[in-house]
Amino acid sequence: MLNDADRIYQNLYGQQGWNLEAARARGDYAGITDILARGRDPLIEELKTSGMRGRGGAGFPTGMKWSFMPKQSDGRPSFLVVNADESEPGTCKDRDIIRHEPHKLIEGSLIAGFAMGANTGYIYIRGEYHNEAERLQAAIDEAYGAGLLGENAAGSGWDFNLYLHRGAGAYICGEESAMLESLEGKKGMPRMKPPFPAAMGLYGCPTTVNNVETIAGVPTIMRRGATWFSSLGKPKNSGTKIFCISGHVNKPCNVEEELGIPLRDLIDKHCGGVRGGWDNLQAVIPGGASSPILNKEMCDTQLMDFDSLAAVKSMLGSGAVIVMDKSADVVKAIWRLSKFFKHESCGQCTPCREGTGWMMRMMDRIVQGHATLADIALLEQVTTQVAGHTICAFGEASSWPIQGLMRAFAPMVRARAIDYTPALQQAAE
Amino acid sequence: MAKLTIDGIEVEVPNGSTVIQAAEAAGVEIPRFCYHERLSVAGNCRMCLVEIEKMPPKPVASCGMPVSEGMVVHTDSEMVRRGRRGVMEFLLINHPLDCPICDQGGECDLQDEAVGYGRDHSRYDENKRAVGNKDWGPIVKTVMTRCIHCTRCIRFSAEIAGVPELGAVYRGESMEVGTYVDKPLSSELSGNLIDLCPVGALTAKPYAFTARTWELRKTDSIDVLDALGANIRVDARGAEVLRILPRRNDEVNEEWLGDKSRFSVDGLKRRRLDKPWIRKSGKLQPASWEEAFAAIADRLKGMPGERIGAIAGDLCDAESMLALKDMMSALGSANIDCRQDGAALDASRREFYLFNTTIAGIEEADALLIIGANPRRESPVLNARIRKRWVAGGFPVALIGEHADLTYDFEHIGNGPAALQSLADGSHGFAEALKSAKNPMIIIGQGALARPDGAAMLAAAWALAVQFGMLNADWHGFNVLHTAASRVAALDLGFVPGAGGKDIAAMLGGGVDALWLLGADEFDTAKIGAETFVIYQGHHGDAGASRADVILPGAAYTEKPGTYTNMEGRVQQGFMAVSPPGDAREDWRILRAISAYIGHALPYDNFVELRARLAQVNPVFAAVEQVRRLAGTDASGPVAQGAPGDAALVSAVQNYYQTDPISRASPTMAACVAAHYTVVAEAAE
Repeated sequence: MLNDADRIYQNLYGQQGWNLEAARARGDYAGITDILARGRDPLIEELKTSGMRGRGGAGFPTGMKWSFMPKQSDGRPSFLVVNADESEPGTCKDRDIIRHEPHKLIEGSLIAGFAMGANTGYIYIRGEYHNEAERLQAAIDEAYGAGLLGENAAGSGWDFNLYLHRGAGAYICGEESAMLESLEGKKGMPRMKPPFPAAMGLYGCPTTVNNVETIAGVPTIMRRGATWFSSLGKPKNSGTKIFCISGHVNKPCNVEEELGIPLRDLIDKHCGGVRGGWDNLQAVIPGGASSPILNKEMCDTQLMDFDSLAAVKSMLGSGAVIVMDKSADVVKAIWRLSKFFKHESCGQCTPCREGTGWMMRMMDRIVQGHATLADIALLEQVTTQVAGHTICAFGEASSWPIQGLMRAFAPMVRARAIDYTPALQQAAE
Repeated sequence: MAKLTIDGIEVEVPNGSTVIQAAEAAGVEIPRFCYHERLSVAGNCRMCLVEIEKMPPKPVASCGMPVSEGMVVHTDSEMVRRGRRGVMEFLLINHPLDCPICDQGGECDLQDEAVGYGRDHSRYDENKRAVGNKDWGPIVKTVMTRCIHCTRCIRFSAEIAGVPELGAVYRGESMEVGTYVDKPLSSELSGNLIDLCPVGALTAKPYAFTARTWELRKTDSIDVLDALGANIRVDARGAEVLRILPRRNDEVNEEWLGDKSRFSVDGLKRRRLDKPWIRKSGKLQPASWEEAFAAIADRLKGMPGERIGAIAGDLCDAESMLALKDMMSALGSANIDCRQDGAALDASRREFYLFNTTIAGIEEADALLIIGANPRRESPVLNARIRKRWVAGGFPVALIGEHADLTYDFEHIGNGPAALQSLADGSHGFAEALKSAKNPMIIIGQGALARPDGAAMLAAAWALAVQFGMLNADWHGFNVLHTAASRVAALDLGFVPGAGGKDIAAMLGGGVDALWLLGADEFDTAKIGAETFVIYQGHHGDAGASRADVILPGAAYTEKPGTYTNMEGRVQQGFMAVSPPGDAREDWRILRAISAYIGHALPYDNFVELRARLAQVNPVFAAVEQVRRLAGTDASGPVAQGAPGDAALVSAVQNYYQTDPISRASPTMAACVAAHYTVVAEAAE
């Protein structure tokens, strides 16, 4: 279990205040001027050495992402965009960071903006986070008041302005290029890549989009050092991560833990175990709606980090662990996710626009018991026609839950179809 | 340049090209729905997927993928075929398979590609999506269920037409293309959406359920409803022209066509003059050709040449105007004029009346001054070219004259000719923009020329062009924007008063005893002297015909071969698509026949000889399809008569949809007027 002293988020549960005074008492902004005085490249190096990987879902090395930003401006400004459009079902880590540790995010934004040469940062917060947006804005105002943002931010000689922008409730706006479109005032639809945002992002300027948890983790890494961070977790999966455990556990919670913690430990030690005991466990969705589901056999030994989950063709994603005990209808649960993805597809490109509806309807028939074995095979095949053929990763996100279901619960899904066969025969007779 | 291999073919393309462009260069065809070379890249149909070696193992959309050195592309691998088949299946699951009743049938990209990538049966057992149709006005018919969301129409409206009124509402499979609040499309280029739409979602409303594409006979021709000389294809079945489509000509109309040029086609069937008429005791009576000729010969007999006049209209082909001119000189008359509107066009030097920069040359210009014109209404496709240059940036535009939405930003210097002076003396800031430009250009419209001080306006505009260095050996920035397709050819032929001849103003009000109107309808016929004997030769019963004493039924532009010179001086030839209706004949034949009847037989017996005579009169007619920008080396300008007045400048075209006998006879154009110019429509009632 993670040592309390090693937790980045000392106030994840909000027992202390959120404001600047309380944040300073926890050590936020300590030596911020000295940190910035180290210079851009050393900061990026430090982050690279720490092994920090993006906490938004894809797990791309953050230091490397920052290093893609131009060292020398060609006349265009650079932008930092913080992705606070936390919409992945089951995920609520950014919400708690913003509620209880907003200054970590603001300080991280300042360091990130400085390190990538951006004078301007935007925090794109999901529209439903109304209270959180108000609190974050209050925190930003506090930071401006204390000279931590704005001209000569924190006495570093670097100007950094931070703006909060509220989304309007579209899941796809959490995709980085759709987020940029939305920020520009257009319909939130992902852009083609290349060009990547680091070359042509917001308003055609170099832009880096990072998740809230990624950015909020940066100040602590800079303060305690890359070695400290990389000593936690596993090689190539270093550091800590907030897991959001929900579903059929006794005490659903957000908890910061080391990467690589066994799933069973996570559930048993922090959430009071699965409802009805570990043997009552049926399935776990380990990283938000788009990560393929795990069955109990897989859960018994599963470690919670990027590479271990990728090894079983699932993913860590946002760290939203959704636990289902034996009372759950797993097939129906995945149908519900399909319905979600059908609802949230932006409609721009063909496979996703047409495929998500088709997949949802076939899942619907499987749940209703109106599907044949051939339909199930067709559904599996259709998911492969969507994934990998779309502009953004939504194609994968909408296909993987179904593919995961077919892998982990194949007999159960087929039983639904076979159940239907006698009825068909009766009707025919 | 980057070298890459596509299906084993090595090809070298400029850096920054996309894979689909490189494939085109290599001669490899890649299917596409959303990609269009004149529009921005959307990458949303996913049909153009290709496989690129040393990339993540998934297919890549070739339309948005930039090339890189040494790239190896496969366009027909198993991965590619699977990807495209998948996309095709997705496109078809919610597409109504109503091809048998779809107007796009036979020229549908989706149909064509389905042959290559479609399944032989449908695997889709769910309910299909249905989408309510939209009312976009009299031109574009929508069947939105057929829409495959390629967004070409959205991009065309926003990027080319400059009227961003289309967009996508809702998301996912509920996404719909529309105007949000239903309204008629307000662009003069909206018909191009029909060509761009790869499926049958947007089809031509007037043409709905008229014909199947394979029944049509296709003839190349030249549009005459504005002075751009857009290249068109006339589609006919039997004796009826059913539709007109643009032909690609990058130097003229690219692949666009204005709505009037495209949809006036139903005007070709209405109010037609299909037999000769003679006015007897005040009323027009049907007659035979023999009677009509006799009536004309009877009146012209013994009439002195200086009492006979001829006016050529806006839609005439060069051949018939030459025949009329030759006949007039045989009759001893120098009273000929083609400037129905009385515009002060100076025929003494070609560069005084041409669009000298050339249409494609607009893209090389870096500053523009428009005087007394509304290019959007006078020639929408030309306006799209100006907009294209403006979108590219670094192109300040200023306007003197009527303020209007031209689809690009401009500085409005003033309404009247006084604004010219503020540029000439440098007191207006735009003078600086013109001075610092390398290739500045001026466009002067007919609205500035067809007024009492027209000649002074022409001279003043020329003087500005000289002052701001618009004329030099490699650049000619002086441009006249014409509104009549026949005008430049007429001026090239010298269809203006000869020595001692009367111009149109002098011919009216009894200046001549006999007046030959060759398709001339665009002037106030009430001003013709009451005693003047009027012969109207033309194809529509319009203003000229109603005043005529003898009507000779001629052929419209689709019914005769003809030579037309567009505003930039490009000589183009159209072919005959259908025969003229009833007793109507090709115009040059009528003139050849009557000339023999009155004893002054024209010296050509067939069209080949007439064309030879055309080239003899002016060698420019021999250089078909060629245009060479004149060098602006002679700065001496047209002769000024007086000084510009102070009346405000207005565009020569107030109603884009009805400018000539054909478009005035067209119900579609009338519907467009009702949809767009409510004031005009009410006034007419």
